[in-house]
Amino acid sequence: MAELGKKDDAVERADATPNTTEVDVVDAAGEDAAVAAIEKPVRRGEPILQVRNLVKHFPLTQGILFKKQVGAVKAVDGVSFDLYQGETLGIVGESGCGKSTVAKLLMTLERATAGEVFYKGQDITKLSGRALKAVRRNIQMVFQDPYTSLNPRMTVGDIIGEPFDIHPEVAPKGDRRRRVQELLDVVGLNPEYINRYPHQFSGGQRQRIGIARGLALNPEIIICDEPVSALDVSVQAQVVNLMEKLQDEFNLSYVFIAHDLSIVRHISDRVGVMYLGKIAEIGTDSEIYDHPTHPYTQALLSAVPVPDPEAREGRERIILTGDVPSPANPPSGCRFRTRCWKAQDKCAEEVPLLAVPERFKGQDTQAAHESACHFAEEKDVVHAA
Amino acid sequence: MTIIDNTSAVPAPRADDGNSAPLLEVRDLHVEFHTRDGVARAVNGVNYTVDAGETLAVLGESGSGKSVTAQAIMGILDMPPGRIPQGEILFRGQDMLKMSAEDRRKIRGSKIAMIFQDALSSLNPVLTVGYQLGEMFRVHEGLSKKEAKAKAIELMDQVKIPAAAARVNDYPHQFSGGMRQRIMIAMALALEPDLIIADEPTTALDVTVQAQVMDLLAELQREYHMGLILITHDLGVVADVADKIAVMYAGRIVETAPVHELYKRPAHPYTRGLLDSIPRLDQKGQELYAIQGLPPNLLKIPTGCAFNPRCPKAQDICRTDTPPLYDVTERDGGALPGRRSACHFWKEQIHG
Repeated sequence: MAELGKKDDAVERADATPNTTEVDVVDAAGEDAAVAAIEKPVRRGEPILQVRNLVKHFPLTQGILFKKQVGAVKAVDGVSFDLYQGETLGIVGESGCGKSTVAKLLMTLERATAGEVFYKGQDITKLSGRALKAVRRNIQMVFQDPYTSLNPRMTVGDIIGEPFDIHPEVAPKGDRRRRVQELLDVVGLNPEYINRYPHQFSGGQRQRIGIARGLALNPEIIICDEPVSALDVSVQAQVVNLMEKLQDEFNLSYVFIAHDLSIVRHISDRVGVMYLGKIAEIGTDSEIYDHPTHPYTQALLSAVPVPDPEAREGRERIILTGDVPSPANPPSGCRFRTRCWKAQDKCAEEVPLLAVPERFKGQDTQAAHESACHFAEEKDVVHAA
Repeated sequence: MTIIDNTSAVPAPRADDGNSAPLLEVRDLHVEFHTRDGVARAVNGVNYTVDAGETLAVLGESGSGKSVTAQAIMGILDMPPGRIPQGEILFRGQDMLKMSAEDRRKIRGSKIAMIFQDALSSLNPVLTVGYQLGEMFRVHEGLSKKEAKAKAIELMDQVKIPAAAARVNDYPHQFSGGMRQRIMIAMALALEPDLIIADEPTTALDVTVQAQVMDLLAELQREYHMGLILITHDLGVVADVADKIAVMYAGRIVETAPVHELYKRPAHPYTRGLLDSIPRLDQKGQELYAIQGLPPNLLKIPTGCAFNPRCPKAQDICRTDTPPLYDVTERDGGALPGRRSACHFWKEQIHG
């Protein structure tokens, strides 16, 4: 292990030619310190992931031979939040609001255009080499579609065991089969299924395989991008319960991305609502669901069909007109103003900041949570009047 | 509105024709698929009726046979491998399964229309939406290209697509998901059918857009007094729009009820399980109730009640005898119109 480390350092130094990249190249001593920091455990309730002003712009180019940039799709445009150890942070929003891009940025599958993601104090957007590898071990992902995220030519054992090829220190070669069977058992599958192929399983079972793969390296954070939206109702509940059980058992922190607001409420401790690449409102689950102050959150909540005709009758429904604007050309000022019924001139001129609204500051009310609206007002849209 | 004038020329006027037969009646429908591994029995004796102006929601998980039933009604089932060994589909009292292909073609589109789930893959990507909408008029009514395009614009207006005249020559990929679904609805409405079958019309859409589209559908249904069969797995959407509900499991209807009744007092353990397994927006629950196990393989449906391996209340009789669709009554025998349950123990289920 020590030898391996030395070799890595040598490679790192050889690569570290000056003035070539804008990515900070960590020197050997710095890298060791970073790895040490990453391996240190975090106590429950302390922030494990801190996201600050995260930005991701995808360039729009024109021309074939001489490409020039004509604009950018602002998929994520200044997102900040904290994830505490042992909690579940739900992120909701419509399609195209950038929630999946946030997931990819947290996984360092995409390089951020600007901003920082601190994992235990280390900015992972600037890490490389050994330190990045250590981070990736600790942040794993469960994908949306259990039909396309599993390689159809690999057996379940190979799929769940593949992370061990990259991180052999977690499970020594001889021990892997036993470890994979253990994981299958943990997610509620028969350990004898180790030699089967994905097509022999149903959707819910496949998602369990995906979860087992996510758990293989004993991560601290699991990022779940719409983990249950492809599943049937009766199976959804099974998978959600499994995820809650695993969280307690392995002391995991979840970032739970979904568009189904009821599921997010069920599983999350805190919820962030995204709209066009920005967070509109963030708070604990009861702050968001029982005391929403941002008009978008209110509209989103009121549009959710409630499976109870009695409870529905007293509810007010806010139906937004039109579609989400294009993230390549978002509205000036507040991005929600084009669909907002409260919009005034100020909304077109000034970008509202994500902060506790002035009028609720210092008050002992659940409406006092961060909301990016100039005219934040509390309105209960979920409960019958 | 000129569209109405056109359809009035077609025989069998709607609603007040003195014909007491329901708009659509499905009787003991069976559908099976012959595959390499054996016979998959997708639909095993489905009965339901829809009247004009009524919304029937067909609720079920994937593989419960809800879409196959709809395809059989539309006559767009792939045969082979599909086969309809028995059953009747009566449209205004006439069995469509006994009609000639040409007669069915005349009903399809003009009398019964369908809205599909995935608008992007249901629309032809290389033809403009105006052309595709106009096709209905050109084929069924023999209008000229120009007239058909004018009609297409009118339809797009009706489903509230902004700047319809300017967008009629756009291609499907130039529309957003919600707008594409509106075009699908416009296409289904084109010839003012008596019955629309909507197969998961909003599943692919975001909640805010979903609310817009469901409202539009309900509004148009009221306006034209159409029957609507809404196929879905979303208990929330059903509660919003349906008049009555049929819950399907493994190719059979296991419970039917008026919408309010079903949510208040389900009479089948499967319905109870479904209702308990969805998290609620307005309250934070503890652990979710989950129905154990998986939906059955249609190649080997369990004997007796198909739900018995997953049912918490299953007894010996459930493993041997297939429960008929019992009429559900009040504890004192008082009638509950429209309520039926295919459970041997419906009394215990509904009356606790």
